[in-house]
Amino acid sequence: MAEVARADAASRLEMARGLLRRVERPARLDPARVAPTPGDDGKVLPVAAALARVLPAGGLRRGATVAVGAAPGATSLLFALLAEASASGAWAGVVGRPDLGALAAAEAGIRLDRLALVPEPGRDLVAVVAALVDGLDLVAVAGHERAGVRAADRQRLAARARQRGTVLIALGSWPGADLELSCTRPFWEGLVGGGAGRLRTRRAGVRVRGRGIAPGGREATLLLPGPVGAPEPAAVDTAPAPVRVAAV
Amino acid sequence: MSRVRTGAEPATEGPPVRVLVLWSPDWPVTAAARAEGVPSHQPAAVVVANRVLACSATARAHGVRRGLRRREAQARCPELAVLGRDPERDARLFEPVVVAVEELAPGVEVVRPGLVALPARGPAGFFGGELGAAERLVDQVAARTGVECQVGVADGLFAAVLAARRGVAVEAGATPAFLAAMDVDELDREPEVDRSELVGLLRRLGLRSLGAFGSLDAADVASRFGADAVLAHRLARGLDPRPPVRRCPPEELAVELELDPPVDRVDAAAFAARGLAERLHGVLAGHGLSCTRLGVAATTEQGEELLRIWRCAEPLTPSGTVDRVRWQLDAWLTRGGSGAVVRMRLTPEETVTAGALQLGLWGEVGVADERAGRALVRTQALLGPGGVVTAVLTGGRDPAERVRLVAWGDARGTLDGMSDERAGPMSGEPAPQESGPVDDPAPRAGRAGGGSGPGRAREPGPGVAQPPSPPAGPMRRNARRGTRRTTPVRTARPGLLSPPPAWPGRLPAPSPASVLPEPQSAVLLDAAGRPVGLRASDLLATAPERLDVADGPSGTVVGWAGPWPVQQRWWVPGAVGTARLQVVLDDGAAVLLVAARGRWWLTAVYD
Repeated sequence: MAEVARADAASRLEMARGLLRRVERPARLDPARVAPTPGDDGKVLPVAAALARVLPAGGLRRGATVAVGAAPGATSLLFALLAEASASGAWAGVVGRPDLGALAAAEAGIRLDRLALVPEPGRDLVAVVAALVDGLDLVAVAGHERAGVRAADRQRLAARARQRGTVLIALGSWPGADLELSCTRPFWEGLVGGGAGRLRTRRAGVRVRGRGIAPGGREATLLLPGPVGAPEPAAVDTAPAPVRVAAV
Repeated sequence: MSRVRTGAEPATEGPPVRVLVLWSPDWPVTAAARAEGVPSHQPAAVVVANRVLACSATARAHGVRRGLRRREAQARCPELAVLGRDPERDARLFEPVVVAVEELAPGVEVVRPGLVALPARGPAGFFGGELGAAERLVDQVAARTGVECQVGVADGLFAAVLAARRGVAVEAGATPAFLAAMDVDELDREPEVDRSELVGLLRRLGLRSLGAFGSLDAADVASRFGADAVLAHRLARGLDPRPPVRRCPPEELAVELELDPPVDRVDAAAFAARGLAERLHGVLAGHGLSCTRLGVAATTEQGEELLRIWRCAEPLTPSGTVDRVRWQLDAWLTRGGSGAVVRMRLTPEETVTAGALQLGLWGEVGVADERAGRALVRTQALLGPGGVVTAVLTGGRDPAERVRLVAWGDARGTLDGMSDERAGPMSGEPAPQESGPVDDPAPRAGRAGGGSGPGRAREPGPGVAQPPSPPAGPMRRNARRGTRRTTPVRTARPGLLSPPPAWPGRLPAPSPASVLPEPQSAVLLDAAGRPVGLRASDLLATAPERLDVADGPSGTVVGWAGPWPVQQRWWVPGAVGTARLQVVLDDGAAVLLVAARGRWWLTAVYD
């Protein structure tokens, strides 16, 4: 009796699995469903399409810590990270950047009415970041190296961000960050030579390393900023080697 | 016997409910003595308005009676402890008894402090008979709370109470007989109801027992003695005026928070209170309730318990709750002397059914904004109101000019946009003057031909430059602030609004991502190592080769654009014309230099 019942159960289970597979199959064929759609579940904050291709989750995973390496283009890269989420209603804060170009931020697509700036956190940097992490969706912190933020504080802030689902972006080194982004090979286009032309776009490679990415990292070439300020994917993925354009 | 009579009642009555009553004799005295620490062997009495309301058994043995004057009672019993009446204390101290009973039997109804009733069926079935249940209950209450009590079981609450006073269990169906033998005085035992007149009248009519009263016709009683007498008549016949209402255990609505480390700053405490208030409102919303009286309690490091009740006319909103907690903590902490707060507790003392206020169907409408606002206010508390700013775009030509920082929470919208544009025609200058000095006869070929200067990249040429157009008040107010002006390329409906002020000569996008708060002195050298000067306001004397900025971008110049003259505020005495220069260095960095007062200044970095 028991044997028969077991066999019966097994065959029914097999049938159920088959049905499930059939249901799943069309979904699997559909590439749009396989790729995680950023911002769908609120777990991933969207970023500009050009950057989304190189980020492991297709966006900024809530609770992640991201380090943006100090190099020419770092601030534009920060704007590129903030812009899409900010445009979709997320709250962002930047701590410790008295020289932040809000105009460029607006051009990059950041909603200034949802961007809080704490230019001079002073000695309270950790407390300020902790408070902002509690309420905002994206918090960028700069000057933490100069302020002497200790490793324990960094871990505490990262843990808090993880708990609150806030993306913590550090401008400069942040050991232990989930992702490290850096700008490479920045090249400004638009200068004709001899004082003519003007800065129009910057072609820069964005290198991403960290969790969820092969050890070699990923790289994409972006216009950072694009012609109107917003980051755009570069038409050709190979940047020309920087050449000396000055000629008198 | 009297089964017949109950059966004669209308069919809707149903059989009387078996009720078990647990009664603690002289509860006001017991409670008062416990609260005051009077030992139980000392005679005690609760006195109200100079009359004894209740007295302990010891006092009764000394001849103290209910209704006696205080002086007389003290004369009969000199060591009598005279205690005050406090119904709230009675109720509070009785709660443990109720809880102890509830542990064994559900559906407890507190008739008044000192007296609980419960349906007898459940415990009787569980503990094997009513007597067994009664025994267990008495033991349980005595063991848990040390309160002595008596149990009575009968059909209906009234009879059960009388049975409890006598400590008997009336058999099922024997209640009318049990009542019939009682004196009519028993109708006047409840402290809340004064039936002394009715009892006196019945006595004078010769109806000395409940049985005699109950044998009257109900219609006759109603027509002669009034509504209350009808109730009393029903009681006398062993019918319940109403079935016992089950007591629902009170839901735990209070929320508590341990503060570790202890908080001694108001802002920090208030910040913690926000989370607590949110939790409280979450709990209340879960029960569909709003709070109208809020108890704020705090425990300090020195073990001091602080409690204040806040009453408000309108149901409290989360922010209203936070306000009150903040005020209260402010008062406690600034008073000083009690140390840091280690624990906070919010108790909804009084609740009403929640009104129409509902969260959005999809949940988080406005929740994130509220959260963000609180975090920013908290940061302002740390750094001062100016510590958190938000940027507003205004008119201007330089990147620094075009951004105005306002403290978080200040009006950023329509006002500044308006004022700035109003200021435009007055403080800004007519555009033709800006586009170049009149004595600039020979524009360089590169500039004239390419039209590539920032001032001309998007704007009309010098001749047709428009002065900043006057503000269009109401329409500007509707426009999304700032963005329209900064990214004119993106303006979707140029036809609907009058065009924003043009500001000819401003730097076109992309704008520098870093704008130095203070311009930094820069040294621009040519190939021969000499400083690069301006031959004319739009002409460099020599080609720049190297840029040196202290603690800033320095390196070999690989490209430059400009210089573009900026002539503005020419009517201000001492104002000098400046020129802008974009410089790209060999490491890919690009900077914006401004020539002023005979030297170069680094004003922004295309970071």
